[in-house]
Amino acid sequence: MLNTFVQIIRRDLLLAVRQKADVLNTLFFFVVVVTIVPLGIGPEPNLLRSIAPGVVWVAALLAAILSLPRLFANDHADGTLEQMLLSAEPLTLIVLGKAVAHWLVTGLPLTVMSIVFGVAFDLGLEETFVMVVSLALGTPVLSLIGAVGAALTLGLRGGGVLTSLLVLPLYIPVLIFGSGAVGAAATSVSYSAYLLLLGAFLLFAIVLTPWLVGIALRISVE
Amino acid sequence: MIEAVDLTCERGARRLFAGLAFSAENGTLLRIAGPNGTGKTSLLRIMCGLLEPTAGEVRWRGGNIRRLREEYWKDLVYIGHLNGVKDDLTVRENLRVSVRVGGREASEAQLAQALDAVGLTGFEDTMARFLSQGQRRRVALARLYVSESVPLWILDEPFTALDVRGVANLSTLVARHIEGGGTVVLTTHQEVPVDAARRKRVDLGSPAAVPAAEAEDAVC
Repeated sequence: MLNTFVQIIRRDLLLAVRQKADVLNTLFFFVVVVTIVPLGIGPEPNLLRSIAPGVVWVAALLAAILSLPRLFANDHADGTLEQMLLSAEPLTLIVLGKAVAHWLVTGLPLTVMSIVFGVAFDLGLEETFVMVVSLALGTPVLSLIGAVGAALTLGLRGGGVLTSLLVLPLYIPVLIFGSGAVGAAATSVSYSAYLLLLGAFLLFAIVLTPWLVGIALRISVE
Repeated sequence: MIEAVDLTCERGARRLFAGLAFSAENGTLLRIAGPNGTGKTSLLRIMCGLLEPTAGEVRWRGGNIRRLREEYWKDLVYIGHLNGVKDDLTVRENLRVSVRVGGREASEAQLAQALDAVGLTGFEDTMARFLSQGQRRRVALARLYVSESVPLWILDEPFTALDVRGVANLSTLVARHIEGGGTVVLTTHQEVPVDAARRKRVDLGSPAAVPAAEAEDAVC
């Protein structure tokens, strides 16, 4: 059982390494958005410091949406998805493996890169720390919820737009609590409630979304 | 034993077949025949559990496959129109991944043997994107060689794109599987060397054969 889970993650990571352009596209987008905002707004340090968490979070969210259509489309096109649906192992496990792999190539690099942006926007040590933790808790939620949207719109023409429409409302709470945590740290208010809520979202998503994705995939393949 | 009970399938507003019933004991070659567009692939997908029939059910060892789910898929190998071969994985990686994702185990030696059996020796470390159509088909078919203990094989046009030797090898493999008590369901125009007693055929009628009254039903 665990073997299948690990195998799926390894496979998707291997494919990501061999199709570097796809992965780099997402990361490049994230970097560009975050660096270009200060150029448009002006170099006022206090202003930049106060908008930094919001900018980083919004960019991470958009980057996640950008990467969603790829999640199942290739497997659908070449027939590997059919094989996954006919696996003797539970589909939820396979789906969870795919979501983990997706996070490892999108959410995790974004989280690591946000350390640099913390320094670039002159955030304090504590704020940077909170931003990294909030992204570490929040980006897996983005991958998991995004997988539901991607599975529901699989095989539809113009599925990309539809995915964003489906997924964005569900992303909003993550965005609010994620950037809210950093904002709280900046104003020396307790931020643990925000992080705990993000953690709760994550647990909720881990339990619920693979099951929903499984149902959506079976419908999409019919 | 696999049974179809009163299967009806509608795609869009068209009824492909209705009230289809047949069964196949272990050790039978079940061939689905019929002109293009009569629902051969749809029938195979229903038998796999990928597609839900409009009415009726498919039973495996007496149980409805939609309730058995993983229990049924454990006993099934399906090779469809799509090969399920990833362009950016090597031949060996493709086979290994597809076997493991299917929830089965195979040693590296078994994988090498299977690739040898389908004539892909020397291509193990070639990226699948550089393979020809026939070679991709062989990568997909290699899964059968590591799944000889799996009782039910459902193969959709398995002989397409294969050369003469590939066809002969696959026929032999299918015949061996049936002699060993396995069941093979396939659509093909190729003859497979199996005794007449172990052969069964399901004919899907031409689309025009569906009575007009029934066709109207289908629209409602």
